[in-house]
Amino acid sequence: MTEAQVEELGRRLDAIRDRVVADRGQRDADYIHSIIRKQRYLEVGGRALLFAGILPPAWVAGTAMLSASKILENMELGHNIMHGQWDWMRDPKIHSSTWDWDNTSPAEAWKYTHNYEHHTYTNIVGKDRDVGYGILRMSDEQEWSPYYLFNPLWNALLATFFQWGVALHDLEAERIASGEKTWASVWPQLKAIGRKVRRQFTKDYIVFPALAGPFFLPVLAGNVTANLVRNLWSHAVIFCGHFPDGAVQFSEEQLDDETRGQWYLRQMLGSANLEGGPLFHLMTGNLSFQIEHHLFPDLPSNRYAEIAPEIRAICAEYGLEYTSGPLRKQYAQVLRTINRLALPPEKDTTPDPTTALTPTGSETPDTLAA
Amino acid sequence: MFKALVALTTPLLPEDYLSLVDPLWSTTELRGRVVGIRRETDRATTLVIRPGRAWTGHRAGQYVRIGVDIAGVRHWRTYSLSGPEGDGDITITVQALPDGLVSRHLVDATPVGSIVRLEQASGDFVLPSPVPSKLLMLTAGSGITPVMSMLRTLGAHPDVVVLHSAPTADDVIFADELRARPGTTVRHTSADGRLDLADLDTLCPDWRDREAYACGPAGLLDAAEQHWGDARPRLHLERFTPPTRSTGGEGGTVTFGDREVEVDGGASLLEAGEDAGVLLPSGCRMGICFSCILPLRDGQVRDLRTGEIRGEPGDMVQTCITGATGTARLDLRPAEETR
Repeated sequence: MTEAQVEELGRRLDAIRDRVVADRGQRDADYIHSIIRKQRYLEVGGRALLFAGILPPAWVAGTAMLSASKILENMELGHNIMHGQWDWMRDPKIHSSTWDWDNTSPAEAWKYTHNYEHHTYTNIVGKDRDVGYGILRMSDEQEWSPYYLFNPLWNALLATFFQWGVALHDLEAERIASGEKTWASVWPQLKAIGRKVRRQFTKDYIVFPALAGPFFLPVLAGNVTANLVRNLWSHAVIFCGHFPDGAVQFSEEQLDDETRGQWYLRQMLGSANLEGGPLFHLMTGNLSFQIEHHLFPDLPSNRYAEIAPEIRAICAEYGLEYTSGPLRKQYAQVLRTINRLALPPEKDTTPDPTTALTPTGSETPDTLAA
Repeated sequence: MFKALVALTTPLLPEDYLSLVDPLWSTTELRGRVVGIRRETDRATTLVIRPGRAWTGHRAGQYVRIGVDIAGVRHWRTYSLSGPEGDGDITITVQALPDGLVSRHLVDATPVGSIVRLEQASGDFVLPSPVPSKLLMLTAGSGITPVMSMLRTLGAHPDVVVLHSAPTADDVIFADELRARPGTTVRHTSADGRLDLADLDTLCPDWRDREAYACGPAGLLDAAEQHWGDARPRLHLERFTPPTRSTGGEGGTVTFGDREVEVDGGASLLEAGEDAGVLLPSGCRMGICFSCILPLRDGQVRDLRTGEIRGEPGDMVQTCITGATGTARLDLRPAEETR
């Protein structure tokens, strides 16, 4: 792509954004209000059913409802509201500056590592800490060490304890180790995480089970399961958003003098979509439209499905990869990458097809030429 | 008890669930439900609103800020309370302005049962206690609304002179109630012309001895201020000050907390503030991360990406993609402290 084409691409994407912004209104407000209502009914219903959790069908139904509630709350509500997608409504109850989520990661810390670091420096190895979450080797650019032999194990642990992983991720442990970050600045963060963890833990693992009296264990098991389901699901969706084959990683040099058009291009090439029906998209918090989300992180999530065909057509026009596939296929590719990167890089082999597209290193590929 | 409930609902509050049953059960967000509508004139409508439990009441003459959602967006406006002190329900009387987004919404598109947001009543245009023995009310147009609250609270106070002006008989809000009040003169300005305050000497010869309350257009209030002269301490005014609007240009003076900063047309509020040495929250500097938002107190701002001018008091402004358009005032409170 020529420089002029990249800038034209930027203008076309800006135009799509402006169009949606101008069109936001009652329909969108009704949408988010209805999702909030549904999530709260699911939560109340799920917890109520779990009190009868000694009966297996009630336990299964209650746990399923609570899991669904936690997934909606985490992804379609928490993630998107804290992106400022609904700030335009000027409702202080549904605002990025006031929303807190049912998660061990404090809202403020997450907004920094996710909204700022990840969404500004998307897929830039060394700047976007979501690449590997400080635990995994997710890019050829990350230097191999024997620690990464356990890459698949670390990933399984991260998936299982994902919300805890995200909370600790916010601490930026590797920056403490490197001395970039002082212990003094970590302490308030630790306290905030501690407060959050205490409240979350007390609610799910002490108070609700205790309220059930003799049925303590079924309620506890239901809550543990719901949190586990939410962890595994959000981990899968999030990893499929950036690490399947075709999603590109970048090097820090590409940040130099990056124009708006180039930024858009990086967001497009660095993200990957998932295919499925309306319910599937809702349960991913519309992060199945990861490409659209990364182009326009603050547009209301219900609009991503509407603009996706247009974005796909634009990609086709410019010959850009629009990575998209069903969850099982994308997740399989993610796991393969995790396994492959557990091993040290082979020196003299032909590059793996999954990295051929990866424009890291000194050479700048045509697609990003400015 | 409340703490125990919060442990069950964290990170939400119990009211977030109770509000599913009745929105008025909120304790952190004062709300009201429209329980009655009275058409006053072709353009003016009284809304009877039942406030939530947290409402602490009002004094006659005070106003209330009301927030309504129009096309999904919350808008706040201030209206005088027209009902007497001490009623459980409150009333506001709204005159629809031709291009008044909120006034037209309240008059034409707010059915019984609608939920509105409220703030506690405020304003010092109120009767002193004890109530003076002789009063004069000087009003015009919708300026009658706070005074009507006073009149209704006073009941059959023996000595109140009311001088009210409205364009025509059809425009007089509370016409029947005013007609029934002794000591009331209603002037129809399209037929009789504007009230000349020199006529006060005939309409109300002892006006200098009366505690006077005036509410109406700026012209009337300015004239009254002049006319009262030495008797000015006895004159109480309620001015409906219009909010600061954008001058439409690029650049302007922006106040961050207590620091005034001149902002160029092309500069973002964030850059301009930082250049002037104000410590501001910041993040991506491209409008995506929402780390830099500050609450707008006054004025309007310009979106540097679209050129759109926007803003109402209480809006949250992303300073990294916003420029100045005239004067504006931002609170320096970082976002996390507004929780």
